Amino acid sequence: MTELVTLREVEGAPMPSASGPCAMRTIGLDAYFGSVHAVRSVSLDMPSNEVTAIIGPSGCGKSTLLRTLNRMHETVPTARVSGQVLFHGQDIYADEVNPITLRRHVGMVFQRPTPFPTMSIRDNVAAGLRVQAGDKPRRAEVDAIVERALREAALWDEVKDRLNASATGISGGQQQRLCIARALATAPHVLLLDEPTASLDPASTQKVEELVYELRRTMTVVIVTHNMQQAARVSDRTVFMLAGELVETAPTRVMFTTPSDPRTEAYITGRFG
Amino acid sequence: MSAGAIDASGAVGQPRRPTRSRPVALARRRGVSILMVTLTCLAAAVAVVPLVVILVYLLKQGASALSLSFFTSMPKPVGEAGGGMANAIIGTLILIGIASAVGLPVGIGAGLYLAERRGTRLANLVRFLADVLNGLPSIVMGIFAWQFLVRPVGHFSALAGGAAIGAMMIPLVTRTTEEMVRTVPQSLREAALALGYPRWRTSLQIVLRTALGGIVTGVLVAVARVAGETAPLLFTALGNQFWSTKISQPIAALPLQIFTYAISPYEEQHAQAWAGALVLITLVLVISIVARVVTRARLGGGHD
Amino acid sequence: MNATRKLPSIQGSVVADRIYRATILFFALCVPLLLLLIFVEIGRAGWPALRQFGGAFLTSSRWDPVQGEFGAAPAILGTLLTSIIALLIATPLALGGAIFLSEFCPAWLRQPLSFLIDLLAAVPSVVFGLWGVFVLVPLLRGTVMPFLRDTLHLGVTPFFTGPAYGPSVLAASLILAIMVLPYIAAVSREVLMAVPRSQREAALALGATRWETITGAVVPYARTGIFGGIILGLGRALGETMAVTMVIGNRHELSASLFAPGYTMASLIANEFSEATSDLHLSALMAVGFVLFVITLLVNAVARLLVRRVGEVRA
Ligand SMILES: Nc1ncnc2c1ncn2[C@@H]1O[C@H](COP(=O)(O)OP(=O)(O)OP(=O)(O)O)[C@@H](O)[C@H]1O
Ligand SMILES: [Mg+2]
Repeated sequence: MTELVTLREVEGAPMPSASGPCAMRTIGLDAYFGSVHAVRSVSLDMPSNEVTAIIGPSGCGKSTLLRTLNRMHETVPTARVSGQVLFHGQDIYADEVNPITLRRHVGMVFQRPTPFPTMSIRDNVAAGLRVQAGDKPRRAEVDAIVERALREAALWDEVKDRLNASATGISGGQQQRLCIARALATAPHVLLLDEPTASLDPASTQKVEELVYELRRTMTVVIVTHNMQQAARVSDRTVFMLAGELVETAPTRVMFTTPSDPRTEAYITGRFG
Repeated sequence: MSAGAIDASGAVGQPRRPTRSRPVALARRRGVSILMVTLTCLAAAVAVVPLVVILVYLLKQGASALSLSFFTSMPKPVGEAGGGMANAIIGTLILIGIASAVGLPVGIGAGLYLAERRGTRLANLVRFLADVLNGLPSIVMGIFAWQFLVRPVGHFSALAGGAAIGAMMIPLVTRTTEEMVRTVPQSLREAALALGYPRWRTSLQIVLRTALGGIVTGVLVAVARVAGETAPLLFTALGNQFWSTKISQPIAALPLQIFTYAISPYEEQHAQAWAGALVLITLVLVISIVARVVTRARLGGGHD
Repeated sequence: MNATRKLPSIQGSVVADRIYRATILFFALCVPLLLLLIFVEIGRAGWPALRQFGGAFLTSSRWDPVQGEFGAAPAILGTLLTSIIALLIATPLALGGAIFLSEFCPAWLRQPLSFLIDLLAAVPSVVFGLWGVFVLVPLLRGTVMPFLRDTLHLGVTPFFTGPAYGPSVLAASLILAIMVLPYIAAVSREVLMAVPRSQREAALALGATRWETITGAVVPYARTGIFGGIILGLGRALGETMAVTMVIGNRHELSASLFAPGYTMASLIANEFSEATSDLHLSALMAVGFVLFVITLLVNAVARLLVRRVGEVRA
C-alpha cells in the first residue's frame, strides 16, 4: 500500500532521480524559524539502503533539513514546516502520525555526544528499548541487543567490562559511539547523523565512518558533514545545499568529479583546493 | 575582585582634576574612605552578631533541658519538671509529610511548566505570582486555611495544618525546580525526544531525573523553612497535649509547643521551650548547611 | 534487505503527552488560583465587618469586641511603625554588610560570612520570639530603656517616655530589624556583585577613593535592586507574626512612645483569633487579614518588579 503513495507526485516537484524505493523523500519542503526561512522548497529522495550525504556551508540549513525528517524541527518553539516528508510513502506530517512513534523508526545522532548522565552505559544503550511499543523485552534479550549495538558501534571491547559504570565516565569519542549504539539498539529504518564525527579524534572518526559504511546493509542513512572527504568516503549520494536551497544532488562519484552546477564546483574545489 | 588589588586607604593613579588634587582635600577624602570602609566592615560584623547570640543562648538554655527522654517522653503536667516533646516531634514530622504531599507535586509540576514554557506570558505571570506568594504573611495563610479547611469541617486537624504549610512550600519548590531543570542542557532533552521518548517521559525520566539532586536540595530548604512555621498552624493543627497521629485530629507541633511554653508563666515550661527551640534550630540549620554543602559540591563539580 | 522488514506504523495517539501537559499546566495554574482563592475567601469572611464599619474600619482606633466596635487603625499604624523602624535599623547594617561583602571582603571570608548572614533568615520566627521574650525584653526593660530615657535624656521627646514595661513597640521593631536584615543583605549583595567591573574601574581611574567609587558608581548602578531588596524586607516585616506577637505587648492603643506596648495586624490576628466570640469579631479579624494581605501583595509585587528589572539588566 505504501508504494502507491510513494508514487504520488506533487505538481512541480522533480521526478525522483533514484531508481529504487525511497525510505525518505521530501517534496517541496520549507522549514522556518519564526521569520527565518531556513529550508527552501527542497525536494529530495533518500533511497533505501543508501547513504545520503548533505554538504554545504555553515548555516545553509543542513541540520534543519535533517531535523524535519524525524520531526525534531517542531520541538523548537517558533519552528514551522510546510510541504511533505514521506517515510516509506507515508506523509510524516499527516494528522494521524505520532512524531514519537516516527522517531522510534528514524533514529538520530547529534554533533555533540549526549549520553544520559544518570544512566549506566548499559541503560543508555537500552534507553530506546524501554519506550518501544508492545511487550518490554526481557533482561536477557536486552543484554543481547545492548551487546549487538555496542559491537556495531565498535565500542563493545572498550566498555564490556564496565557496562554498569556511568556513561559520563568515558571519553568523548566513546560517548559519541555510545550514542550511535543507543540509536542502533532500536533497529531504526532510517538513521540521521548530524556531523557525527565533528567532535571526534581521527581514530574514532574512522570507526564511525566504517560503521556508516556497514550500516547501509540494514538501514538508510542520511549524514550531514562538513568534511567532503568523509562524504566521498561513506556516501552513495551527495546533496549540496546553499542558503536553504538544494543546489544539486547526484551520485557521490559524479558529484565530486563532474558537478553540474557551478556553485557546487566552486564549493567543492574551494574546499578541496 | 579588581578593587581588592587597590590599597584600602585611598585614590588610585593621578587625580585628573587639579582642584581635587590639593593635598588637604585628598587627605580628607582618604580619611573618609578609610572610615567608611571600616564602618562597612563593622556592619558586616554586627549583622552576624544576632545569629551568634541566639545560638549561644539556645545552647546555654536548651542543652540543660535536653536529654534522650526529651525525644521519647510526653509533656509533663504543668508545674512538673522534665518530660519531653515526643508528641510534638512526631506531630511536626507528620505535618511535614502532609505538607510535602501537598506542596511537592504542585511545586515540581509548576516548576516543570515554568521551565518548559519559559518565555510565554503565562509562565512569566506564574513565576511572578509564585514570587509574590512566597512573601505571603504566614498568618494570612493560617486564617485562610482555617476559613477554607477548618470552618467547613467544624474541627481542627493535622490535615488543615499540613495543607497550610504545604501551600507555603509551593513557591519555594516551584522556583528551585525551575532553576534546576533549566540547568539541564537542551541537547539532553533533544536526545531523548529523538530516541522516541514521549514528552512526559523525557521530562520526568530524563530531565527531572538529571536535575533531581538540585531539586532535592531545594526541597530540603523548603522543608526546613516550613518546619519552623508556627502562625499557619495556630488555627489549623492547633496543637495537642496528648499523643495523636490521626490526621483528622488536632496535632502537636514543635513550633506550636515552643510558643505555648514560651508564653506560659511556668519556669519548667520555659526550660522545655528552650530545649524544643534547640531541637528545632538544629534541624533547620543542619538541613540548611547540608543543602549548602551539596549545592556547592554540585556547582564546583560542574566546571570540568 | 529492507523488503523483508515489516514497514513500520508511525501512527499513534499523543494522548499521554496531552495529559502530561495538562497536568503541569494545572499545577502551574494552582499558583494564581491559590492567590485568588485566598483573596476571595478572606475577603468574603471579612466582608461583614468591612461593610458595617466602612472606612472607619481603617481609621477608627476603637477596638471593642464587647461593644462590637472594630477599628483597626492602631494595628495598621503599629504594623507600619514597627516595620519602618525595623527598616531604618536594618537597612544601614544590611547595606553596609553587603558593600563590605561585595567590595572589601577578602575572598576566603566572603562565602562563609555570606552564609552566616543567610542562615539568620533560616531561624524560625518562634525562636526569635523565644529569644525576644527571655533575653531582649528583659534587657530593654532593665538596661536599654532606662538608659535611653534617663541617661541620654531622650525622655524629653514623646518617643521615649513612660514606664519601661519591656514588651513594646521598640522590642518588636528590634526583633523585626534582625529578622529582615538577612533578606536586605542577600538581595543587596547579589545586585552589588552583579555591577560590572568596568563601573568600578572607570571611577577609580578618575581618581576616586574606594568609598567614592562605591557611592558614585557602584551603588547608583545597583540602586534599583537594592531598593527592591529593602521593599522585600518591608514585605517580610509587615507580615511577620510570631516573634512580634510575643514581644509587642498586644495593646489596642496608639502611643507616640516606643516604650509602650502596641499591636500589629499580624499579632492582632494571632492573639485574638481563637478567642473571637462573636461573628463580627471574627469577621473583623478576617478583615484585618484581608488588609494585611492586600498591602503585602502590593509591596511584594513592587519588590519583585524592581529586583527582576535588575536581573534583566544583568542578563
Ligand atoms: N533555533 C533556531 N532559531 C532561529 N534560527 C535558527 C535556529 N536554528 C537555526 N537557525 C537558523 O536557520 C538557518 C539554518 O541553520 P542550520 O542549523 O540548519 O544550518 P547548518 O547548515 O546545519 O549549519 P552548521 O553547518 O553550522 O551546522 C541558519 O540561518 C540559522 O541561523
Ligand atoms: Mg548543523
